[in-house]
Amino acid sequence: MTEGAPMVRVCVLTVLTLEQMMSEQDRNSLKTPLYSLHEELGGKMVPFANYLMPVQYPLGVMAEHKHTREHAGLFDVSHMGQVVITGDGADVWLETLVPGNIIDLKPGRIRYTMFTNEDGGILDDLMITKRDNDMFMVVNAACKEQDIAHMRAHLPDHLKLNELTDRALIALQGPMAATVISRFVSEAKEQNFMSYLEAKIDGVTCFISRCGYTGEDGHEISIPADRAEDICRLLLSEPEVEVIGLGARDSLRLEAGLCLYGHDITVKTTPIEGALEWSIGKRRREQGGFPGADKILDQIANKNIKKRRVGILPDGRAPAREGTQVLDARDNVIGEITSGGFGPTFGGPIAMGYIKTEFSEKGTKVFLAVRKKKLEARVDIMPFVPQQYFRKH
Amino acid sequence: MTIYYSEDHEWINVEGSVGTVGITEYAQNALGDIVFVEVPEVGDEFAKGDEVSVVESVKAASEIYSPVTGEITAVNEDLEENAALVNSSPDGDGWFFKVTVSNKDELEELMDAGDYKTFIAGLE
Repeated sequence: MTEGAPMVRVCVLTVLTLEQMMSEQDRNSLKTPLYSLHEELGGKMVPFANYLMPVQYPLGVMAEHKHTREHAGLFDVSHMGQVVITGDGADVWLETLVPGNIIDLKPGRIRYTMFTNEDGGILDDLMITKRDNDMFMVVNAACKEQDIAHMRAHLPDHLKLNELTDRALIALQGPMAATVISRFVSEAKEQNFMSYLEAKIDGVTCFISRCGYTGEDGHEISIPADRAEDICRLLLSEPEVEVIGLGARDSLRLEAGLCLYGHDITVKTTPIEGALEWSIGKRRREQGGFPGADKILDQIANKNIKKRRVGILPDGRAPAREGTQVLDARDNVIGEITSGGFGPTFGGPIAMGYIKTEFSEKGTKVFLAVRKKKLEARVDIMPFVPQQYFRKH
Repeated sequence: MTIYYSEDHEWINVEGSVGTVGITEYAQNALGDIVFVEVPEVGDEFAKGDEVSVVESVKAASEIYSPVTGEITAVNEDLEENAALVNSSPDGDGWFFKVTVSNKDELEELMDAGDYKTFIAGLE
């Protein structure tokens, strides 16, 4: 995430032409259907992925993070793209663009996968839901225009692509999230992890998915834009729920070891380098048939990757931020931090990044070039806090 | 003793020839939850405006610049274990370091409490 970081010293060095400034402003000023609610609740609004989004509320990033881990947090993620593909064989066609097993997905089930290119690089990561009559997808805000163009460029005539620009998307996450939602939709309580249902909240049909981006149990809820604020107010009136900004969303997902597209996975990383091979099922490994399959399947079969995404734990208290070089004992550069900061629940600095494969073993001692210092750190496995996804007993 | 303020939102409380330096209430509020402070070492020398310290909040790292030219005589070691002192007591227990004030003229370039209040009001 590239939020507007408050600096004690503020230097304005960038000189933009008036035209550039205008277009910067336009691109950064999109508002979600919940914008006025954010302002009312004291959200500090910053440009993120072309939208003005709340980075934090008066509670602050640390307390918002902890509240989500201990109770329930409500997030506006309406900036993300919601797309529906309609037509016979939409699942078969989607498998030509992603390495995930979509054909065998049962109706009402959700899969995490990614768009890949011919070099095996990741164009975006996304969630695909197989619904009774179509495929529902949620893609990253910063990639949605590119994703839609990519799909349209390959879309056969008999399939239709529709971006649901008239719907908001919110997430309710945390150990109390399911209890809260079940007060409005009773079947949401026992809903399986990575499953989808449609139900009415306050008289309006919502798409309710048991998934999220925090490592906690919870749901993502797609709501018609004109009723999103009402439903958020209903959820916020429940005693367990606080509104949470993008700052805590980022620290929560980092503790959970989840990738942020454009940082931890990019066009320059394959799903295998990114440690996401778990998302490529047996049939896809055997049959291929997705962009970059030759390279990706070779990487799975022969483990011939040069770099690997790993967790990195600094020994001391100093956080290592994105872009920090990872060094060996002789000062050779062996990797780079792609997400780093402080884990409020973990209680110390945490990071993830890419490291040369020969250094990727858990426990390997490495060094981080933080400012002029060389700080000791260790390769570790993620997540940094246990995932709490819902499993039926 | 007199407290001076910089445009970078540091305060320096000068007693005799030594000043105690920290960041202001405005700065701690803008930074948010502070999780780490890198303080200089006793004996380090800095010119006015040199990067002398780093504050890490949950969100980002920010540099702290020396408001005067001088030598570090003490650092707040409590910040190592409890950086949140900067949030809870920016002008008290959350001080960063003490520095000799070798050139008193440099203090004239800083603001007094009233001027600083006007300065931050203009930033809102």
